[in-house]
Amino acid sequence: MSTPKDIEEPSFLDHKGKYKGIYSWIFSTDHKRIALLYLFSILSFFVIGATLGLLMKFELIAPGNTLMDAQAYNAFFTLHGIVMIFAVVIPGLPAVFGNFLLPIMIGAKDVAFPRLNLMSWYLYVAGVILVVISQFAGQGPPDTGWTFYAPYSFRTTGTMLPAVFGAFVLGFSSILTGLNFLVTIHRMRAPGMTWLKMPLFPWTLYATGWVQLLATPIIGITLLMIVAERTLHIGFFDPTLGGDPLLYQHLFWTYSHPAVYIMILPAMGAISEIITTFAHKTIFGYKFMVASVLSIAFVGYFVWGHHMFTSGMSGTALYTFSLLTFLVAIPSAIKVFNWISTMHKGSIDLQTPFYWAMAFIFVFMVGGFSGLILGSLAANVHLHNTHFVVAHFHFIVFGGTGFAFFGAMHYWFPKITGKMYDTRWANIGLVLFFIGFITLYGPMFYLGFKGMPRRYFDYDEVFHAGNIISTMGSWVLYSGMAIIIINLFASLKSGVKALADQWGGKTLEWTIPSPPPVENFTDIPVITKGPYDYN
Amino acid sequence: MTTEIHRDDLASKTGMWLFLFTEMLLFGGLFVVYSVYRYRNPIAFHLAAHELSVAIGTINTIILLISSSTIAMSITALQKQNKKLALLLLGITVFLGLAFLVNKYFEWGEHIKEHIYPGSPILALRGQGDVLFYGLYFFMTGLHALHIIIGLIFIAVIAVKIYGDKITFDNFVLLENSGLYWHLVDLIWIFLFPLFYLIT
Amino acid sequence: MENEKNHIIPYKTFLFVLAGLICLTLTSVLVTQISLGPLTVAIALLIAAVKSSFVLRIFMHLKFDNKMFSIGVIAVILLISVVIIITLLDYLYR
Repeated sequence: MSTPKDIEEPSFLDHKGKYKGIYSWIFSTDHKRIALLYLFSILSFFVIGATLGLLMKFELIAPGNTLMDAQAYNAFFTLHGIVMIFAVVIPGLPAVFGNFLLPIMIGAKDVAFPRLNLMSWYLYVAGVILVVISQFAGQGPPDTGWTFYAPYSFRTTGTMLPAVFGAFVLGFSSILTGLNFLVTIHRMRAPGMTWLKMPLFPWTLYATGWVQLLATPIIGITLLMIVAERTLHIGFFDPTLGGDPLLYQHLFWTYSHPAVYIMILPAMGAISEIITTFAHKTIFGYKFMVASVLSIAFVGYFVWGHHMFTSGMSGTALYTFSLLTFLVAIPSAIKVFNWISTMHKGSIDLQTPFYWAMAFIFVFMVGGFSGLILGSLAANVHLHNTHFVVAHFHFIVFGGTGFAFFGAMHYWFPKITGKMYDTRWANIGLVLFFIGFITLYGPMFYLGFKGMPRRYFDYDEVFHAGNIISTMGSWVLYSGMAIIIINLFASLKSGVKALADQWGGKTLEWTIPSPPPVENFTDIPVITKGPYDYN
Repeated sequence: MTTEIHRDDLASKTGMWLFLFTEMLLFGGLFVVYSVYRYRNPIAFHLAAHELSVAIGTINTIILLISSSTIAMSITALQKQNKKLALLLLGITVFLGLAFLVNKYFEWGEHIKEHIYPGSPILALRGQGDVLFYGLYFFMTGLHALHIIIGLIFIAVIAVKIYGDKITFDNFVLLENSGLYWHLVDLIWIFLFPLFYLIT
Repeated sequence: MENEKNHIIPYKTFLFVLAGLICLTLTSVLVTQISLGPLTVAIALLIAAVKSSFVLRIFMHLKFDNKMFSIGVIAVILLISVVIIITLLDYLYR
């Protein structure tokens, strides 16, 4: 399967093309360079979003005005949400690791539409610029929350239009990435790589591509309707004109729920790759893993109403959505079972990526169970809009996508850069990160259960102790994050040279040099075996 | 930087169809809004529909149907290496698209003269059902008209490429793709027409 | 390349389909002038669906293409329909 490597061929980092310097990056249509452009942007916005979160937690260390007033807090949690959701976790794994690894893992030289790929990144940049503009232009930053609920979103004096347009443009970027990946997977798999010989990370990118393609347009049109409300007073969501604000929520969540599957499916794919490599054992239940990924994407389309249980929907809608929400948990549970079963009787190599994977499984399960609690109608009445919800989605999105992102970083870093990072500092960072994470978000379950609302800058004294613990957790988490990122950057400079197959993995990326040459493969491989052939 | 360029027409066509799916869902969101407000305001919608000109709507529908047939035929012409006919048919397609837009301009103009437009206080006085009907009417036909403009630009670019022999009888997937986009614009109108003009 | 590259649809086919589409359009207009109650709109939409299938299958070449494209189109239409139905589950039963 692997051909004699051309040692003379320069890596994609050293390749001398048409452009020089920074232009060789921002005009490059090489999927690997585009992946790194995304990594730079996404990591920058992650740090911005995390800093916003740190400041929000500092505000909440005590009741009353600690750092900021109510209006400022509203602007903070709005920007924190917009940045984290639209600029970090939705593009996240697909834009960085999908772009870098997908063509390589299926034996291709690039994606189907390389120029469109670069356009997707340009749209990403344009989108985030618009969001940044909304912070400084007009009468004040947006204060609606990232959910832009009507009617407040068209009545507030906050600067909504750039933020809403920014989200629209970011959505377009996401659609084009999904489109690109779908065609790439359909048309560019190496000879012999049938669908059921494709590794699991590409499978998750495939399912995610369909969600990106088919769900994002809905929020696109919804945001345009908000623009029409704000500028033309068109009346779709304005109760004084006959509109129904609830219809906004239906349309918004019809996208934003599938969006969480855009976040988690590639994360699950990366975890599958990591676990099978470090267990040195083929994935347990490959076909069920594929089926569960596709079912999650499919069923996930029809559960959006669970964000609206207390909004005033009909009883019929309530129990339909609750039932479907419980159903969508099943394929996720199958995946967790299969990951554990893969580890069972495997020859485990305890490395940094594997620690991230184990941490992922733990926090993902906590997030998932809390989701089931929220999915029960009666419990939801008590817990909706409390910190219980905040805990739930941070465990499952930050814990899920975030941990998988860091796991993927540590797994594929040697392949991407050709350097190995300092394992000791990576693990120290991980431990701090994990302890900080649990300390920050764990108490929120209790606080929410006891009645502390979300999106409030103030709270009753009875919630004070829990908040102190939680805020201190944010400091530990933030330092862990700093150590992790600094370690990786430092290793870029002074890291030891990495191997082509650093971990003993079986997927195609480990058969080419680290870092890969521009065209990935000297000769396109011919596939004869399954993706995780450890026998 | 870029890899060797190899041609994959099926990938190109697949990409276009996937893009059409996103357009279907974009308008799909508006059909959701239409369904809900039509259900809640059946009589107001029914009465407001009477105020639209079935004649202009029908003419516009037929204009788009003809333009779909002309762009489809332009592909046949190009395949038969009749470049002149292909360009003529594309020219007719663009002309018909512009005619549609001109009709729309006059149609909207009539409503706006009567102070019927989104945000109009006169419209607000007429009742919530009317506000929603006309809100949807202007938004959906407006978004559709925007797509006509985009389609016309797309077709014009393709025509220039055919003229310069960049698109030929054995390399015409871009022409097919522009046709697909144009047909989608036609399809959306095929549904907009009965939903606004014929619910009388 | 594909065999489909050699497949040329005759002008006549397009003109026949166009004639049919125009007839269906005029029919739907005439039908809705007659008041048949709620059935009127259903018929108009049904005719629209028939017109669409002609545009999709002949003008957009689905009849002659790989079946996967037709499946995709039908799947998207079903998806939009299900979203509308589930949304109406709220409005119908409030």
